[in-house]
Amino acid sequence: MAYIIRRIILFVVTMVLVSLITFSVFQVMPGDPIRIMLGTEADETQVETLKKQLGLDQPLYVQYIDWVKGLVTGDLGESIRFSRPVTELLADRLPVTISLALITLLIVVIVAIPLGIFVAKRQNKLSDVVLSSATQLGMAIPSFWLGMLLILYLGMNFSFFTISGYVPWTQSVAGALGAILLPALTIAIPQIAVKFRYVRNAILEQLRLDYVRTIRSKGITEKFVMYKHVLRNSMIPILTIFGLITAEVVAGTIIVEQVFSLPGIGQLLITSISYRDFPLVQGIVMYITFIVVLINFLVDILYSVLDPRIRLN
Amino acid sequence: MKTLMSHAKNINLVLGLLILLSFLVLMILSFFYTPYDINVMNVANKLKGPSSEHWFGTDEFGRDIFSRIMKGTQTAFFVGTLTVTIGVIFGTLIGGMAGYIGGWVDEVFMRIMDALMAFPGIILALMLVAVFGPGIVNTSIALGIIAIPSIARIARSGFIQHKEFEYVLSAKLIGVKPFKIMFRHILPNVSSPLIVAASVSFGVAMLAEAALSYLGLGVQPPNPSWGRMLKDSQAYLTSSPWYTYAPGISITFMVLGFYMLSNAIRDIMDPRSN
Amino acid sequence: MKKNKNWFMLIAIMLCVLLIGACSGEEGSEANGEKAQVIKVRINDDPDFLDPHLATASISFQMILNMFEGLFAPETDGSLTPAVAESYELSEDGLTYTFNIRDNVKFHDGNALTVEDITYTFNRLMGAENGEPLSSDFNNVASTEAPDADTFVIKLKEPNSNFLYSLTALQSAIIPASNDGNQNDNPIGTGPFKFVKYTPGANLELAKNEEYWDEKLPYLDKVTFVFQSDDQSALMALKAKEVDLTGVPANRLAEVENDFTISKQNNNSSLIVTFNHEKEPFNDLRVRQAINYAVNKNDIIDAVFSGYATPTGSNMSPAMGDYYKDGLQDVYARNIEKAKELLAEAGYPDGFSTKISVSSHNDMYSNIAQVVVENLREIGINVEIEVVEWGIWLERIYFGRDYDMTAIDLTGRPSAYEVLNDYISTNDSENFFKFKNAEFDQTMADVLKEADRDKQIEMYQRAQEILTEESASVYIADYQVLWASGKGIEGLKSYPFWFHDMSEVRFTE
Repeated sequence: MAYIIRRIILFVVTMVLVSLITFSVFQVMPGDPIRIMLGTEADETQVETLKKQLGLDQPLYVQYIDWVKGLVTGDLGESIRFSRPVTELLADRLPVTISLALITLLIVVIVAIPLGIFVAKRQNKLSDVVLSSATQLGMAIPSFWLGMLLILYLGMNFSFFTISGYVPWTQSVAGALGAILLPALTIAIPQIAVKFRYVRNAILEQLRLDYVRTIRSKGITEKFVMYKHVLRNSMIPILTIFGLITAEVVAGTIIVEQVFSLPGIGQLLITSISYRDFPLVQGIVMYITFIVVLINFLVDILYSVLDPRIRLN
Repeated sequence: MKTLMSHAKNINLVLGLLILLSFLVLMILSFFYTPYDINVMNVANKLKGPSSEHWFGTDEFGRDIFSRIMKGTQTAFFVGTLTVTIGVIFGTLIGGMAGYIGGWVDEVFMRIMDALMAFPGIILALMLVAVFGPGIVNTSIALGIIAIPSIARIARSGFIQHKEFEYVLSAKLIGVKPFKIMFRHILPNVSSPLIVAASVSFGVAMLAEAALSYLGLGVQPPNPSWGRMLKDSQAYLTSSPWYTYAPGISITFMVLGFYMLSNAIRDIMDPRSN
Repeated sequence: MKKNKNWFMLIAIMLCVLLIGACSGEEGSEANGEKAQVIKVRINDDPDFLDPHLATASISFQMILNMFEGLFAPETDGSLTPAVAESYELSEDGLTYTFNIRDNVKFHDGNALTVEDITYTFNRLMGAENGEPLSSDFNNVASTEAPDADTFVIKLKEPNSNFLYSLTALQSAIIPASNDGNQNDNPIGTGPFKFVKYTPGANLELAKNEEYWDEKLPYLDKVTFVFQSDDQSALMALKAKEVDLTGVPANRLAEVENDFTISKQNNNSSLIVTFNHEKEPFNDLRVRQAINYAVNKNDIIDAVFSGYATPTGSNMSPAMGDYYKDGLQDVYARNIEKAKELLAEAGYPDGFSTKISVSSHNDMYSNIAQVVVENLREIGINVEIEVVEWGIWLERIYFGRDYDMTAIDLTGRPSAYEVLNDYISTNDSENFFKFKNAEFDQTMADVLKEADRDKQIEMYQRAQEILTEESASVYIADYQVLWASGKGIEGLKSYPFWFHDMSEVRFTE
């Protein structure tokens, strides 16, 4: 219990620090959102009027406290660029990013687990070397280039894939899949390349344990050993790893949404940084980091429940 | 089994070094010689596919892509080296102090590191580049800052372990100054995981630079950057698809080289892992 | 064998997905006879505001001009045509404009337009009631009056031959007084299309205004502007019939040339490489001329615009018709020797070092800078490229004027005066070159007092000559915007500024 309380305190402290860092970075960032929005055609008179309306004249600590108050109550303020509440804008984009993240996770799970089992059963053969190289290659390829290659080879050859934008699921399931599948693959491929080895290692660890030897010595078939015992017991480390992938997938969506022009949170983030749309950027950054920190927190807790030795660290 | 393991290890080491050395040779060569001047334009000869005169073809200004790839190794090594230097120096300093001094210093430093790590790298990179501005040095500084927390964590655990060791305690006893203990005595003993981390950071920095350049915020012309070349090539993806391969493969292989090297170092220094 | 089943399952799932896709691939095309009068137009970015008095970005007007009208409307040739005002009279002294308001004009909410709404519109723009003006275009207005239900009167402080140009929807869209405070969330105007829905980052939907005063128009039932910043995706969308009209980057034209209707528009922008005239050595005319002789416009046009640009020699594009002074584009034909001579005369026989600062928001600028660097190297000028974000460019270069050289495209306007007035030395907000020339200032002041159009044209042409003679900037080109549209769309019009006029567009097949 003490461990969990400490974890909760750490969680809160991290989020407070994250909010402080985010807020201060945007305070020192050069560039004026109103000027950027209005561009070279801006009319001085109008710039002044708009600035007055936004009321950015309060002392910094007051602005910060107001902002944090808003965060806690779920009011993220209003976007400068779009003149809409930030929460509304996020709600518009969320379905895209969530679909992308879920489909990616699904692909990773569907491919990485069988692949890991497959490799574990053929341990120490040449395939091991080949697969370890594949892992490193998967980590080394820039994700946006992978996306470009997928566009070049799959997107342009199969009309099923839409390379532009997003189709809501409610409008057409096939259309939505066609729009999401390639970006999801782009994020999934490097993840698979790395994660199947975790699966393999977790299974190998189980295979070395005494109970497997015992069962084996009793003459139970290899297949039975694999699926009834080893796989089940490997599930704990495997699941926690896939918990961690979620954070990486969320980060991966940011650049991949740009490659495929998916109107998700990541794309909104990048445009809003260039527009210096502070309320919007701060909202998105807090939102994403909150998810990442929350997942890490939950994984930690889960791990400590499943494996009490962890708490010692 | 033993032979196979060492075989795999050697493959990483051999391949990794081979890749990195070829890039290094290419870089040194590019200081003295490139087949064509990398900046001279010949617009009439633009976007020509690979040929015997232009091995990797020409870009939209009619410049030789192979020469620009060669010169790009300088940019890549520059960004990587500066990033890793910043990351290692500050990471070791912060992690070392946190680990060695402990107490509230540890708590404060590590909570800040935790917070920095909570940001997905690309978000932090975008934010910092927005503060510093784009360009080769600014990008490297931003990426260096991002590399700090993970290196600090590794340094910290090493320092925590070693500060209770005999040699440290006796050094303390004879009145060696803490700063000297940290960097003269402990640091050499905890350096191997740091070297591995630095090698990985090099690869990560290259990927991050490429991503920033792809978003138009990384290294800027006329410095040839592989990431920027990739971005430029996207506009011609359908009409001149070969344009994208040279920079894409260069980045991938350079990063791969560093990952392989770091894996090999880890295996050699700590045979128990994996 | 179990593992094989796993793989089999995966392949089976993939196949199913592909099948579903193949079956429902064809969507949206109406099979039964008449084509639906519904168009989707790709736009690069969101509007800045939907409220026409707040909007400034040309990209916003590209869309919202379909919803709004001013007293006058701009025409494709740069002239004006009556819109909400049916006719007007100008007093002898050039100060009093009397507008006769069209009768049957209704707002999108069904209410008839009254002179009170017009009064409200101008009061709002001038900040007459709350002291917060939204525009400085009407600083010259002494008073407005509505003597009867069909008449609106504007009195000026000083005569201004360009005044009517500020009465289009670009600067003074007529909006209803009853919608005060809501205009940005629920814009209401009198234009051929009415607002339906705006989804930030996705699209802006408009529908036919059934009660438009010109009963023949519009033909389309629905117009959707789809926001898509990426050209690659936009082309894909065009091919997939997800959009009907999009701008095409010149280097990708070949991909769509055969299957779509291509129209080329001189977009009336002035693409320039310019200098800070107050900084050494750019305060020396000979240095500016040397640079003009050295820069290779054709290389820029070929490399950056794949040849789709019209070279210019002053701050005006041929798109401006009669106002455009032809021939200036040849004044500084490329001549390296001459450039070197001029530099030597100016006291820089070995050249000098300087910096060109460009924005990162469009690769066009850094690409132009790369060509300029190479060109100037030939005459010994060593130029460093500095790329900054758009926000920094605006703050430091455009408004802060802290720069040596830069490259930018100045957006086109319907009025020749507004195209050229950036160079007036007292125009603090726009003259970021810090250009100062007494004859130019005088010409631009005189043209406002000149009522005769032919004489105005003469003066505007003289102003262009001065800019060339003075080498105010290196005038590169007006780059063309290439539009690709589905076959069977007709009625698209091309304006000398950014406007997708949908009022006469229809599908014929």
